[in-house]
Amino acid sequence: MTPYIGKSISRVDGVAKVTGKAKYAAEYFAPDMLYGWVISSAIAKGKITRIHTEAALQLPGVVQVFTHENRPSLAWFDVNYKDQDAPPGSPFRPLRDATILYSGQPITLVVAETLEVARFAATLVQVDYEEDDHETALEHNLHRAREPKSGVASLLKSPPPKPRGDFEKAFEAAPFQTTGQHIHSVEHHNPMEMFASTVVYEKDGKLTIYDKTQGAPNSQMYVSQVFNMPFSDVRVISPYVGGAFGSGLRPQYQLFLAVLAARELKRSVRVSLTRQQMFTFGHRPATVQNVSLGATADGTIDAIRHDAIGETSRFEDYFEIVVNWAGMLYPAPHVKFTYNLVPLDTFTPLDMRAPGGVTGVPALEMEVDELAHKLGMDPIELRLKNYTERDMNEDLPYSSKELRECFRQGAERFGWASRNPEPRSMRNGHTLVGWGMATGIWDATQGPARAEAVLTVNGKLRVTSATADIGTGTYTIMTQIAADTLGMPIEDVIFRLGDSNMPLAPIEGGSWTAATVGSAVKVACEALGKKLFKMAQKMKDSPFADAKWEDVWFSDAHILLKTNPYAAVSLLEIVGQNGGRAVSETATSLPNMLEQRKYARAVHSAAFVEVEVDEDFGTVRVTRAVTAVAGGRILNPKTARSQIIGGMVWGISKALEEESVMDHQFGRFMNHNLAEYHVAVNADIQDLDVIFVDETDTIVNPLGVKGLGEIGIVGMPAAVANAVFHATGKRIRSLPITLDKLL
Amino acid sequence: MNSFSYARPSDIGTAVDELATHEGAKFIAGGTNLLDLMKENVEHPNRLVDINRLALSTIEDTEEGGLRLGALATNADTAYHSAVQSRYPLLSQAILAGASAQLRNMATNGGNLFQRTRCYYFYDTQTPCNKREPGSGCGALNGFNRIHAILGTSDQNPETACIATHPSDMCVALAALDAVVRVTGPMGERTIRFADFHRLPGHEPWLDTTIQPGELVTAIDLPAKGFPEYFTYIKLRDRQSYAFALVSVAVGLEIDNNRITDARIALGGVAHKPWRKPEVEARLVGQSISETDFAPIAEALLEGAKGYGHNTFKIELAKRAIVRALQRAAKLEPQV
Repeated sequence: MTPYIGKSISRVDGVAKVTGKAKYAAEYFAPDMLYGWVISSAIAKGKITRIHTEAALQLPGVVQVFTHENRPSLAWFDVNYKDQDAPPGSPFRPLRDATILYSGQPITLVVAETLEVARFAATLVQVDYEEDDHETALEHNLHRAREPKSGVASLLKSPPPKPRGDFEKAFEAAPFQTTGQHIHSVEHHNPMEMFASTVVYEKDGKLTIYDKTQGAPNSQMYVSQVFNMPFSDVRVISPYVGGAFGSGLRPQYQLFLAVLAARELKRSVRVSLTRQQMFTFGHRPATVQNVSLGATADGTIDAIRHDAIGETSRFEDYFEIVVNWAGMLYPAPHVKFTYNLVPLDTFTPLDMRAPGGVTGVPALEMEVDELAHKLGMDPIELRLKNYTERDMNEDLPYSSKELRECFRQGAERFGWASRNPEPRSMRNGHTLVGWGMATGIWDATQGPARAEAVLTVNGKLRVTSATADIGTGTYTIMTQIAADTLGMPIEDVIFRLGDSNMPLAPIEGGSWTAATVGSAVKVACEALGKKLFKMAQKMKDSPFADAKWEDVWFSDAHILLKTNPYAAVSLLEIVGQNGGRAVSETATSLPNMLEQRKYARAVHSAAFVEVEVDEDFGTVRVTRAVTAVAGGRILNPKTARSQIIGGMVWGISKALEEESVMDHQFGRFMNHNLAEYHVAVNADIQDLDVIFVDETDTIVNPLGVKGLGEIGIVGMPAAVANAVFHATGKRIRSLPITLDKLL
Repeated sequence: MNSFSYARPSDIGTAVDELATHEGAKFIAGGTNLLDLMKENVEHPNRLVDINRLALSTIEDTEEGGLRLGALATNADTAYHSAVQSRYPLLSQAILAGASAQLRNMATNGGNLFQRTRCYYFYDTQTPCNKREPGSGCGALNGFNRIHAILGTSDQNPETACIATHPSDMCVALAALDAVVRVTGPMGERTIRFADFHRLPGHEPWLDTTIQPGELVTAIDLPAKGFPEYFTYIKLRDRQSYAFALVSVAVGLEIDNNRITDARIALGGVAHKPWRKPEVEARLVGQSISETDFAPIAEALLEGAKGYGHNTFKIELAKRAIVRALQRAAKLEPQV
């Protein structure tokens, strides 16, 4: 039996998804279910003076209208409202009081017998406000920047590294310098599936909740803490997620509102958000960065400074790792990094694919490109000149780093060698052609997780863990890992996830799921294997009577002696001896901290992009792109490639199109729909190529995998911007690069 | 959503009657814009008169040598119709530059004329908009106005200010082609020159067109002259599909012996209606295509243009697009 790991297995959930059999949170029904419709605040800051609900309440079919005035008493303390991704601060509590904290804040839930009635009734509710002056523009409030508060979530996100050497002196002395201010706009996650919660009110008052989330246990914990319910009374189920990109790392307000309504009315309730309301919670924060590089004439980067100021809300200090990447990529001896926040009258930002990485790395990589241009050096040569085998922030060697190979193979596939370094040197009529490249990097982390492996009486292997699959291929790779660990045909392996009753897994994000849950699946299957082996030893005439665990292996649903392939017992036979019961084992996988702490662990990439720019119109098209990734062991080339392509598409989208535009008159995002918030469409995307370079890593985790969720996007924006520079001679440091910036 | 009643008449007379006898009723055909607006609580018709059963979907020759486009022919069927492609390729190009394949399959020619602006403030009922709510103000004037108008705006009186644009691509080509809109109403049939069909905001920004209450568009007549040889439609936007024009230009030329004998230039994305200046077009007549500098023509078309901050770039962009479009139409540049 050849292993499934490393094979391009098609998604095991693919057929269910394309045939509509996969059900999402808003597609579950319960008898007599009620529908909630959320009313959002029209103002950004102030107070509700009155909510006129009479007309809505009189409408036939309306059951209740919940506001801050009639909501039940709930948990008092902030700690109860903290979810597993809550930044330091005081979490937002829907319907807490009359205070308006941001435009779009949910202020009323209309509950009715049908969705249509709820929606119409919502238009009858009038809200009176007392408005206060709001501040929503980051660029006008930079003087208020201050250090982020630290908290539990900051354990996962390192603060900026301490300065090393003497940046000012080294920079001043450097014969070659670049300095640039980089502006990144607000972006919203905008997964296809809108946030929704279907709360089924069971006879005994227990709740079964179908929620859109990247962690069913996270939603369960939130509900039980806020509503003071025992964990056992709250079950959260989320088998399919129609994209999330980080937006599901925190329970969103529809969950709170649906649970509140269900408990008060003792009925099942569904609340779905509209696309417009998808712009009323977490987002990628607007960020202003300054990057300075100083180098000697031979291209040695001596001095790096990276300062960033991000926005956050008035009530929580969301922060991300923006300025730490330079120390991981370049060995400059004189460095200085700062990261500060400006609280604004908006909702708290939220992790969004490669949070901080795809903000900080592009700024850095655009300045590196600028430096290469000033030095008259090839951009790859400059990066090789400043290559590091150590993470300078931690002063630790990398557990593995095949970035050099990414440069080599990516350049070869792209045809980089024939690039004329001169900007504006390639044209075809009015079309300027440019080639750009950039480096990408993201952490390769592993956390603790649990999984259960069960051999059913029919000889099927069922493995569960309460993780999520947001479209990344988790179902598929976990099935592969389980099948290989116990030598089972993949058709006989079922992996399930997304249920708070399952063994605990962390929220699904940060590119850690393959490593974290994959390791848990492996140890659970191994534990089950050992149990089955022991049972087999006790069978009559067992060929394993004198064998040790090391002497056997699993293949074709059998346990076999390594020395004698004919000495085999089928797994079905073993489970048959268990009195008609399945055999199960639950295990926890923990990262090997002692070993891992001696190394820095990261996934790397090199992105290459060709753009065509119309010299008169400033319209940019990405005509082809190559990304070479050093991502450790590739479990499934097909799903892995899809992950990277998805990241590349988003990188193009971010570089050229995406921006949630706020009107500061109203403190409100105005392009809050998918017609006006532009994400790349098929017509924008042409030739994309992905290379996985060989990389062996025995440190990162027992599987040797590095997550691929973020790395595909990290390098792209700078590669696009650098290609635009090469095409036009214009260095645009403000993303997205819309045509007006190139006129 | 508001409750509404629904009727599906099978002849034009009944359809027109429906609107005459029901205040607040609206026609619906493809519904690609109206349903969105109803969901957003911008439009609240109390009765929808579904006209899809009317026999108005043919595309046929007119006695004058032109082509009559049925109001209910879909945008897709029109763009791919062989007579449109061979005799009015400009129209075909413009239609296909708009929306997405799915939308063009649903959208009708008549409905396309009634597309409402994509102004963010018009769509967001929690912000002011004189077009949606007369007298409430214009959020865009001092707000985020990147997609807004630079020509023919109304910006003096806060209670009537409007800098919205007309979003259609098809209408820009129809304007260039001097199409004629045929309508039937309570007073019978009449025709409206395309240039007179849409209007500038003026003091009544809530009115998009000059159609009278109860009138139904039955067809759009294209005159015989279709500029099949020298034409182009350039659409500049933020992505390659499913994005409205920041600036678009439709050009049709007739050229005889290297000299321009007729010229049409219509602009989209810059005003409350497709923008034309026949007196500027006339300056091209008699000019040699190889010797004419098109830049002064572009300047003249943009005369009086005014930016509002985020959209000021459109003035320069429009000028460049006009020059390129004239060059393309004259075959001095590849069509692409």
